[in-house]
Amino acid sequence: MPTNILMPALSPTMTEGNLAKWLKAEGDAVEAGDVIAEIETDKATMEVEAVDEGTLGKILISEGTEGVKVNEVIAVLLEDGETANDVIPTEAAASSAVEESQTAKDPSTSLGVAGEAEQPAGAHVEDRDILYHQGVIIEPPPFDEASFTDMYEATVREALRDAMAEEMRKDERVYLMGEEVAEYQGAYKCSQGMLEEFGAERVIDTPITEHGFAGIAVGSAMNGLKPIVEFMTWNFGMQAIDHIINSAAKTLYMAGGQLGCPIVFRGPNGAASRVGAQHSQCYASWYAHVPGLKVVSPWSAADAKGLMKAAIRDPNPVVFLENEMLYGEKYDNVPSSEDFVIPIGRAKIERSGADVTIVAFSIMVGKALKAAEELAEQGIDAEVINLRTIRPLDRHTILESIKKTNRIVVAEEGWPFAGIGAEIAALIGEHAFDYLDAPLARVCSKDVPLPYAANLEAMALPQAEHIVEAAKKVCYK
Amino acid sequence: MRERIVASAKKKTSKNIKGKAADSKSVSNSNPEPGIEVLKKYYRDMLLIRRFEEKAGQLYGMGLIGGFCHLYIGQEAVVTGITAAQDNTKDTVVTSYRDHAHMLACDMDPKGIMAELTGREGGYSRGKGGSMHMFSKEKRFFGGHGIVGAGTAIGAGLGFAHKYTKDGGVAVAYMGDGASNQGQVAECYNMAALWDLPVLFVIENNQYGMGTSVKRSSAGTLYRRGEGYGIPGEQIDGMDVFEVEVAARQALDYIRSGNGPYILEVLTYRYRGHSMSDPAKYRTKEEVASFKEERDPITAVKDMLQEKGVEEAALKEIDKEIKQIVKEAAEFAQESPEPDRKELWTDILVSEEA
Repeated sequence: MPTNILMPALSPTMTEGNLAKWLKAEGDAVEAGDVIAEIETDKATMEVEAVDEGTLGKILISEGTEGVKVNEVIAVLLEDGETANDVIPTEAAASSAVEESQTAKDPSTSLGVAGEAEQPAGAHVEDRDILYHQGVIIEPPPFDEASFTDMYEATVREALRDAMAEEMRKDERVYLMGEEVAEYQGAYKCSQGMLEEFGAERVIDTPITEHGFAGIAVGSAMNGLKPIVEFMTWNFGMQAIDHIINSAAKTLYMAGGQLGCPIVFRGPNGAASRVGAQHSQCYASWYAHVPGLKVVSPWSAADAKGLMKAAIRDPNPVVFLENEMLYGEKYDNVPSSEDFVIPIGRAKIERSGADVTIVAFSIMVGKALKAAEELAEQGIDAEVINLRTIRPLDRHTILESIKKTNRIVVAEEGWPFAGIGAEIAALIGEHAFDYLDAPLARVCSKDVPLPYAANLEAMALPQAEHIVEAAKKVCYK
Repeated sequence: MRERIVASAKKKTSKNIKGKAADSKSVSNSNPEPGIEVLKKYYRDMLLIRRFEEKAGQLYGMGLIGGFCHLYIGQEAVVTGITAAQDNTKDTVVTSYRDHAHMLACDMDPKGIMAELTGREGGYSRGKGGSMHMFSKEKRFFGGHGIVGAGTAIGAGLGFAHKYTKDGGVAVAYMGDGASNQGQVAECYNMAALWDLPVLFVIENNQYGMGTSVKRSSAGTLYRRGEGYGIPGEQIDGMDVFEVEVAARQALDYIRSGNGPYILEVLTYRYRGHSMSDPAKYRTKEEVASFKEERDPITAVKDMLQEKGVEEAALKEIDKEIKQIVKEAAEFAQESPEPDRKELWTDILVSEEA
């Protein structure tokens, strides 16, 4: 059968072009790959190559013709034994080819009425963000934290180390990589003793090349390992953000589910003390923006241990945002059980209250609790929610709280614009508008790069007193 | 025309592969003459890539393939020669966005690849990845990456896992000449050498990073970029599948023996533009023609087969077989339905229960 040669598109947006020149004449033999014509648009001139071999039987669009529609038959190729008489260049043949292709191309044929897809089956934590955008808010799976009664005393940094070590003992695929994690025992001593216990093959000092080693860790995760990547601080992790988002977070989707990336990226996030603008930034909203990532941010030593164990066990890429100011904080209530694994995606009510909800994560939880004490002295009973996980967000716990208190303050160390507080404001607007007795208030860092001078730094960072003020404001007191 | 350095080698200048390489015979001296069956296999493998890519170009022209579509036509000898030297039971492969040929070479199904190009359910990623983002865990092909240079770091990571698990595999990490200037490539040379990672870095130097020639983008010589890290490098003629195969085999032996990484700079040429919408005005027609006419890797093997007395009819038989495979792939890619609407919401996170 003769093969139709169609007017090709040079780009998905091209609809027509000019047939500038024929480089083969009727009757010429053509091999696959031979340039047979030149076409042009306002942007470029391109060569048309033959895909099949044969004889150019008939040219249907002569050179110099302008405005030739994409997919219009421009010539007919004959196979051995066929003659030009076999060609039936009807309008119908040409238009049917166009129509067929248009049908395949037209995206409207594959879209549903409102462009909205059905809900995924089940109600896993992993589906929560999807369900939310379809109007469903699910309660996270229960976690009986009170059942862990055997406690020990540890700092946050020790709790992190214990979590990593426990999981490394359990699973040989888990390893720790980062700058100064091995011989130096961690820039912030979060991996103390680990080199000694696990050896240099599993506790690996890297050169100062975040982009490169994050990519190496991602590749190793795709090939069967479970890396923990420490960034000395998340500020340096910015060098590696391409691998975190483009390589780690998106691969499962782009691979149609064949290939995931079980990896933990961890390190201190947010402001330390007097280290200036480049070392002081909260990345919670940056990473929480990305589908395919889980984002976790612990406050206490128990949080740090239980969430780190969960992050390592999770089959997905997890961004784990610690805080340098908290590393040395000592707690006497760290569960010693190896089964103490805090489910990702569940917030904790740290303090129950009736008058106002304060939502916080990481270092702001401590400040929120301090604020709650002051508020109590002034007769305001605050409820403090420790988010623990930023994504997938425990919307259920926040909404249940606001239904009770009708007033809410969101405290975070990040900047206000497009921050976690802004996301929670959207949640409240969408699902709890009628429950509000006052507009939501946000307590954030000031919208400036963090200054070095002690007085300016203190002004820029959110403090307990700011939370007190905000809570009083929403309580109209 | 092989150029090789070790850490202490003397300085050498870069080769020019334009036209017939005068010293190309030096390689065959050290290698046995390839037999007819080997030649036929190369002919077949390379022809499959070329016909597949031509068909992809055609489907793109018909609007059936969207977005970006980077064709490999002209470069077939590179991936064919290197894959032939691999241990295809355990080695892993990763490349950049000009990836269709690498998947075919990894023995992935042409139907699944073409259907991914058309964005259909039957595609390797069920239509959710596209031309630049395809994977096969089964065939140990790890993408398909759209970010220039990122695949190199991932390749070093694949090698890291080979070493960690001591499974004896080597990671083959392809990059283009453009990618070789990325900072993370230098970072990974350093770490791969430092940790003796089993990685073969393959620089497919087709002489243009999009529209910018190597001369205008790259200082020094690409295969020598590992020299400071102690990584041996070699520049070879990528239009000659045998030279590629022999060099790759030696490099892989070196790596598999625990010596750490190796850099192969393979000089090659793409006949088509950077992507489908590139008219390639940055090079002359004469330059393109000189490669097509004088250095075509498929014609070279075809000529060798004919010199060895293989009849035209036998070659036609291979052509026919390839044509049929590609035809079926194209048909499948058009008949396979678009992904189910539910697919929009799947594969974002792995559920714990899964």
